[in-house]
Amino acid sequence: MKENELPRIIGFLCKWCSSAGADLAGVSRLKMPASLIPIRVMCSSRVDPVFVLKAFLGGADGVLVAGCHPGDCHYQSGNYYTRRRFALTKKIFEELGLDTNRIRLSWISASEGHKFVNVVTEFTENLKKIGKNPIETEVFL
Amino acid sequence: MAKPLVAFYWCASCGGCEEAVIDLAEDILKVVEAVDIKLWPVAMDFKYKDIEAMEDSALAVSFINGAIRTSEQEYMAKLLRKKSGLVVAFGACSHLGGIPGLANVANKKEIFETAYKLTHTTVNPKGVYPQTVTEIPQGKLTLPEFYDTVKTLDQTIEVDYYLPGCAPPPDLIMNAITAILEGKLPEKGSVLTVDKALCETCPLNKSKPDKLAIKEIKRISEVIHDPEKCFLAEGIICLGPATRGGCGERCINANMPCRGCFGPTKEVKDMGAKFLSSLASIIDVDDEKEIERIAESVLGPIGLFYMYTLPSSILRRKQGV
Repeated sequence: MKENELPRIIGFLCKWCSSAGADLAGVSRLKMPASLIPIRVMCSSRVDPVFVLKAFLGGADGVLVAGCHPGDCHYQSGNYYTRRRFALTKKIFEELGLDTNRIRLSWISASEGHKFVNVVTEFTENLKKIGKNPIETEVFL
Repeated sequence: MAKPLVAFYWCASCGGCEEAVIDLAEDILKVVEAVDIKLWPVAMDFKYKDIEAMEDSALAVSFINGAIRTSEQEYMAKLLRKKSGLVVAFGACSHLGGIPGLANVANKKEIFETAYKLTHTTVNPKGVYPQTVTEIPQGKLTLPEFYDTVKTLDQTIEVDYYLPGCAPPPDLIMNAITAILEGKLPEKGSVLTVDKALCETCPLNKSKPDKLAIKEIKRISEVIHDPEKCFLAEGIICLGPATRGGCGERCINANMPCRGCFGPTKEVKDMGAKFLSSLASIIDVDDEKEIERIAESVLGPIGLFYMYTLPSSILRRKQGV
């Protein structure tokens, strides 16, 4: 990845916590790299592993799934589903030869604007080190 | 009136689909009476050049089983497409990639090295690998090109209908042949069976608790399975929720969990990911460490979740090899 080039991160943010946290970061005028493309979902458990795989096939360098803290889910237990699904998705990821450092699960509440900034900044730095998504450039079919 | 001409062809497959045709038992006599078989390499002697000499669309229907792995299979699939009115992908390998499709976790080089060098029963000190052309004093010997990636039939040619299963059950084969002969075919591109998940018709469904909740993933060899009880309720992975039904629950009735040979239902794009989602929903554990331990306890997740569907999945193969 070139010096000034930013990775492209697709972020699935839950409506009730993480998306609100991102809004808070915005209205608080906190600075962060412009690398995240946010997609608001009603709950982090709405994120099908197919969405994650499709994001990579479409050329995303990283995928962030963010939801309410465990125990705080607006729908009681949605984020527990997310956590289990994420653990299994990671396993499939490894086996299919994809880098698990490219997917990340974070709990960000509506009041954690700073945490949102930290997560995005840290993830962006990590992805810069890993480099571009190889799927984009490789002929694999 | 001349009988309709039919071809059976096999690509990367085990021969089980050919066996399934024979399993029609007495019904096969009705088939032979109604049609004229023009090509069936496993059972009868015909030459490729006879097919090449035919007029386009001269064959009423070609049943092609097996995935596409070599150049010869690709050539024959394309030839039969040209010479046939209808092409039916016969069985899981041509429909979804099947067991041969699991080779997509490796590439040609790795497969050749394992098969012709590294296995203990192989003695190959000179490192001789199959070549597409070999010169010998008597002339040239040729072999088909072996591809890196296994493809399904519909990734190679246009396919009209799919007969699912490993191997397709005789009643579905007979229904399909009857439908073709009578011209009562569904919409093009259909899978010739029901479009409902296996669980809907599973005889063990009534024993399934309202909410499935498991603490542990077990292998079938680790438990004494109660034949009256839902596999998932016992913690044994069964792909029933993500698999198309219509198979007659052959495996379930033989006390084995479903492995997904009928593939997903119509709307599902990636069967492995879909099943993974449903499995994550029934694991009744909230502790983070415990979840990771359970995820680790799934041995060979590709072979389990994508047993028959790797080439037809979103990623189609392992990346970076």
